[in-house]
Amino acid sequence: MWLAIFSLTLLGTLLGLALGLAAKRFHVEASSIVAEIEALMPGSNCGQCGFAGCPRAAAAIADGSAPVTVCPPGGKALAQMLAARLGISIDLTSVADEGPQIAIVAEDICIGCCRCSKVCPTDAIVGAAKQIHNVIREACTGCGNCIDRCPTEALLLQPLPVTVQHWVWPKPATVVIALAV
Amino acid sequence: MGIFEKIFRHHPPWGVHPDDHKLPAANAPLRSLPLPALLYVPMQQHVGSPARPVVLVGQHVLKGQLIAEAQGNVSAPVHAPTSGRISAIGEVTAPHPSGLAQLAITIAADGADTWCERLPVDDPFALAPEEIARRTAAAGVVGLGGATFPAAVKFNLGRRLKVNTLIVNGGECEPYLSSDDRIMRDRAAEVVDGLRIVMYAIGAREALVGIEDNKPQAIAAMRVAAAAFGNVQVRPVPARYPMGSDKQLIQTLTGKEVPADARAAEVGVLVHNVSTCAAVHRALRRGEPLVERIVTLNGGALTRPGNLLAPIGTPVVDLLRFAGVSGRPARLVLGGPMMGIVLPHARVPIVKGASGILAFDAAEAHVAEAGPCIRCGSCTRACPMGLLPLEMASRIGADDLAGAAGFGLSDCIGCGCCAYVCPSHIPLVQYFSYAKGELSARERSKLRNDATRRLAEERVARLEREAREKAAAAARRKAERDAAKAAAGAAARPLPVRIVKPASEAAT
Amino acid sequence: MTAYLLLLLSTALVNNVVLVKFLGLCPFMGVSRNMDSALGMGLATTFVITLACAATWLLEHWLLAPFDLGYLRILTFILVIAATVQFVEMVVKKSAPALYQALGIYLPLITTNCAVLGLALLTAQEKMSFLRSLVYGFGSALGFTLVLLIFAGLRERLALARVPAAFAGAPLSFILASLLSLAFMGFAGLSFQ
Repeated sequence: MWLAIFSLTLLGTLLGLALGLAAKRFHVEASSIVAEIEALMPGSNCGQCGFAGCPRAAAAIADGSAPVTVCPPGGKALAQMLAARLGISIDLTSVADEGPQIAIVAEDICIGCCRCSKVCPTDAIVGAAKQIHNVIREACTGCGNCIDRCPTEALLLQPLPVTVQHWVWPKPATVVIALAV
Repeated sequence: MGIFEKIFRHHPPWGVHPDDHKLPAANAPLRSLPLPALLYVPMQQHVGSPARPVVLVGQHVLKGQLIAEAQGNVSAPVHAPTSGRISAIGEVTAPHPSGLAQLAITIAADGADTWCERLPVDDPFALAPEEIARRTAAAGVVGLGGATFPAAVKFNLGRRLKVNTLIVNGGECEPYLSSDDRIMRDRAAEVVDGLRIVMYAIGAREALVGIEDNKPQAIAAMRVAAAAFGNVQVRPVPARYPMGSDKQLIQTLTGKEVPADARAAEVGVLVHNVSTCAAVHRALRRGEPLVERIVTLNGGALTRPGNLLAPIGTPVVDLLRFAGVSGRPARLVLGGPMMGIVLPHARVPIVKGASGILAFDAAEAHVAEAGPCIRCGSCTRACPMGLLPLEMASRIGADDLAGAAGFGLSDCIGCGCCAYVCPSHIPLVQYFSYAKGELSARERSKLRNDATRRLAEERVARLEREAREKAAAAARRKAERDAAKAAAGAAARPLPVRIVKPASEAAT
Repeated sequence: MTAYLLLLLSTALVNNVVLVKFLGLCPFMGVSRNMDSALGMGLATTFVITLACAATWLLEHWLLAPFDLGYLRILTFILVIAATVQFVEMVVKKSAPALYQALGIYLPLITTNCAVLGLALLTAQEKMSFLRSLVYGFGSALGFTLVLLIFAGLRERLALARVPAAFAGAPLSFILASLLSLAFMGFAGLSFQ
């Protein structure tokens, strides 16, 4: 019995030592994956994902508490890149990519208070005090930060209409295989 | 392939040979369409950015007058196809598979068809090549074979890449269509003159006119017209779809293969369609912008098929009425049956790239139900680009678009040979169109994300800069206040104190 | 020499560890979605099995047999195998991060891959010589890698096929595995004499 205890202890100690040495030899720097994910994100810190800014969302995606599909402005493209980076497979068809949206200003009720332009993460709203504001279409990400700030409800989100240039052919309907029973 | 075929093979090892259905329409003499009452001229009739209207509703315009100007580098202007009053600038159904609306200028014809002032050139060869490109661009000439790429942009590209050979595409391999055939038979001199102008504009030394051997009259007419010019050769090519595709025609005529992701100009060749050459001739010699074109009207549902000279913007319904529709066509197609666009209805205007309007009867429009792939490999033999359509389609079906791209999806020219030969009637081309569209949409959204990130970074930089400037301004004001205070104190005190402004410190 | 070659062939094909002995089915079903990770898994397992066979032979003949500690066999073997797997994990993480990502949970699970322990126990049971047990382990591991690659290749193609919903995914994979197993039964008729 003492022999058994002794030999097992010896074996364990030796293997433990060997593994300890190996761990030192093959040490890998702590994962820089959060930084990598953050670099992929849009970086506008719009908050649509529910996290306080892109760095937090990146950390959540890295530790697995948020899905890669969490970022609405990033859409399918971002989800796919993140999935490739993390080595996971995702079902892209479930990504709610309901198309881009942009904010528009109802010019007849805008009072030029400048509240919206201050919160826009991409500086997409132009306008000076007491002047009608407007949204630059190309710069707006449709994050909706400005919507609640407007005291006169002059801002609203609208889906970008599908144009001939951006239209995509639908996927052909799948063939239904009739089973010969 | 048997040894016999290997020795006596007379057609390339790709493509298909559908029943061409070109007669009797091709032999019917060219007719002119009576002027329609209303013309709807779309702003996007070319590849690139849409044109921007420069006329107002209610304004009277003359035929050939500029009504929309080009926007951006790759674009083309649009001219009034007849004289009349601008009755509306609004949206009409676009000749596009989506059936979505598109901006168009509506002209109520006054019936006089009065031309605006034209500036013909007696000797285009005395002009600088740049001037020819400029005039071609101003005349709104685009590739009339169907691709509708602005012709002048290609001229400049050809000159820059020192293109040696101009290939003139008279292939017209699509079944049913005969508009290029007709223009070569009836206006061969115009085509040859136009192609010589194009040669001069791009600095090419020789021109090869490739015409499929199922158009003997066109070949004969073109040979007569080109006889006087030693550097223009008319070369019959085997009738094989898609011979009219630039890469296939280049390979057949010159033996050069255009590499993947490269343009034809990079192998020293430029391709222009015969109709484009004729349009260049008109733009230079007569000063006429591109306002009309020959449209083939064909299909089982028409009683008088043939080729019509019609102004751009004519509604399809007027063309059909002229050609006589028997019953209700089962399907309307703009362009050829292989690569054309199914029109949602007949109230769609024709555009510069509309080579034909096909009205199919029920038998022609019949689409068999798709079955499962039996992996027979017919599509791989038919593919003119040497791709594996079955592998690409199965990957797209399983949503593996990256896998399909790995099989060379970006080289697919969408010719439809694979779908034509598929014994299971799988809509292969739709799979590829879907995948290409989806991939480019993802690419766009990636670019958009990058742009958003840049904007966000710029905003952060701006906020920091503002904070810095504010702090600097506050420091300066404080220093000025201190100085003023000190000065006031110094005035009261007998000894003057020297003040050093800490401006440089505040600025850092 | 011929004997070792025959041993290699017969362990890899005739007595295939996965399809004939039905050991190591967990990674066989788990890491066979694509060829790349299947190859990585196969190579890692080959390394572990070969090393484990050598180490357990030493244990058996220098520790367990001389001191009559046969009842500790499974315990000590597991210890050695677990240490080897830990070591492999460190090496893979350092040298091939992408493979590390792709193998995921299945890499530490080589520890509980019954093929590893099973082969170690078999070599001990058969009282093979050191070299023989080494070849035996290596041959079996080659067989494991081969089958994993074949299966992954088939599954890659199968992923593109349209199959009735009831068969999609795991059910079809099991049917495929059984067909593959039937195919390998064919080697049983081979005689190397």
